Amino acid sequence: MSVLIQPELWAQAAVGGLLIGAAATLLLLGLGRVAGISGILGGLLASVRDRAVPAAADRAWRWWFLGGLLAGSALAGLLIGETSRSPTVGWGPLLLAGVLVGYGTRLGSGCTSGHGVCGLARFSTRSLVATLVFMAAGMATVFLTRHLLGGS
Amino acid sequence: MSLPWALLSGLLFGLGLTIAGMTDPARVLGFLDLAGAWDPSLAFVMGAALLVTVPAFAWARRRHSSWSGAALQWPSARQLDRPLILGAALFGTGWGLAGLCPGPALANLVSGQLPVIGFVLAMVAGMGLREWTARR
Repeated sequence: MSVLIQPELWAQAAVGGLLIGAAATLLLLGLGRVAGISGILGGLLASVRDRAVPAAADRAWRWWFLGGLLAGSALAGLLIGETSRSPTVGWGPLLLAGVLVGYGTRLGSGCTSGHGVCGLARFSTRSLVATLVFMAAGMATVFLTRHLLGGS
Repeated sequence: MSLPWALLSGLLFGLGLTIAGMTDPARVLGFLDLAGAWDPSLAFVMGAALLVTVPAFAWARRRHSSWSGAALQWPSARQLDRPLILGAALFGTGWGLAGLCPGPALANLVSGQLPVIGFVLAMVAGMGLREWTARR
């Protein structure tokens, strides 16, 4: 193993992390909600089937958050210059990955933001275990596809 | 008035993810690739985010309602059960295949790229599949 030494990118990563932390804090203190992206999106899908449960107001904040997410990302592109957003794998693995990410985050009640940032911040054992499991699974998958099967 | 908070939170979230470089699938895969040239950036992102959320959430614990008046909704589940572990394992596998998790995938829709749209549709289908199977 070798480590890429890129202090400038590390600083950008840290600044981005502070902003993400501030975003999660605002959502909690402003609306009382925990900022897990999979939960915010998943809540919209639940309402498609079961309109009685999440009221219109519950759907509204989710749409506003997601709109902000896209706008913020576009704004960052303008501020620091666009970086690559292109997936590096072919259509087959890409679509399979999409289904796994969607199904897995809903079954496991969270993703990188919900478990990794918000869950760890409230010292949730569930979130710690979930974070360790998805990191380990991600690393194992990359090892398998890149080094054992020799993808890239 | 809760919607402006949701918008502002989303804005900061999208700004942060993108400035951090986490919208680039190659950078995320670089973090997950321990056997290659390891890119530790994602650890800096999570560490810096926790630097804010740990004290902020501790402070929020002592409050009963949010600024918009709505109650603070803390997740209540405590059990380490099968769905949690299996779900995290499936998510991690997908994450390692494509280098995309839900936040960056949605944020990358601004690029209008067909593969990104395809990934998001597959992700929504996966979420729908979970909704559907949970109700049977």
